[in-house]
Amino acid sequence: MNMRIPILKLHDCLLVSIQWELDDQTALQFQEDLLHKIHETSARGVVIDFTSIDFIDSFIAKVLGDVISMSKLMGAKVVITGIQPAVAITLIELGIHLEGVMTALDLEKGLEKLQRELGD
Amino acid sequence: MMDSSVKIINEWDIVAARQLGRNVAKELGFGIVDQARITTAISELARNIYLYAGQGEIIIEKVENGAKKGMTIISRDAGPGISDLRKVMEDGFSTSGGLGAGLPGVKRLMDEFSIESTLGEGTLIQSVKWLR
Repeated sequence: MNMRIPILKLHDCLLVSIQWELDDQTALQFQEDLLHKIHETSARGVVIDFTSIDFIDSFIAKVLGDVISMSKLMGAKVVITGIQPAVAITLIELGIHLEGVMTALDLEKGLEKLQRELGD
Repeated sequence: MMDSSVKIINEWDIVAARQLGRNVAKELGFGIVDQARITTAISELARNIYLYAGQGEIIIEKVENGAKKGMTIISRDAGPGISDLRKVMEDGFSTSGGLGAGLPGVKRLMDEFSIESTLGEGTLIQSVKWLR
């Protein structure tokens, strides 16, 4: 049941596409895997895409917020992309604002934003 | 009227409860945004059971009130109960170091919300989402 989320390397960035509903263990495993991958590849940027995800609860949001802060501690900037309208609405109604998190509409715009942020 | 329930004992049951909820919401004809609201509300309620009560149950019922149709989510546990109901309904209050979105968030996602809790006996939360 415990599936791992693939993390792809593209130049100095890591790409992650969350393709299925996250359970707690998968989310926590992803947190660990991403930090190891940043360390291993010296990645400076990460894009996490949520296009296929139709809901995010407070636990997943907390894991996500934490992994963004942890990545920042390791010198990598994270952009989240592909948040669906229904997900944006429920997150805010739930009271979760994920302030200070870089976002973009889709993967392409996310990568562009990251490149600008990284200054190359 | 079809009722169904999921016993919440471990964290996989949280996934099972929200999947059941989403399926019923779809079947009833709720739109994408309401499906997300309902799924999220169930996830929060089931997680509260798992974290604070150890075990309990999420019950999903279809409801009709005259011309109105909707869905009731009941969260029931025989856990320690909540000592200060007013406090848990405040935004940002959490005893578990979580985000504290919890119950006020669920209340905002749903149309109706009620909570009863007795110390040492458990907690019963009923919430309803009406089809628009």
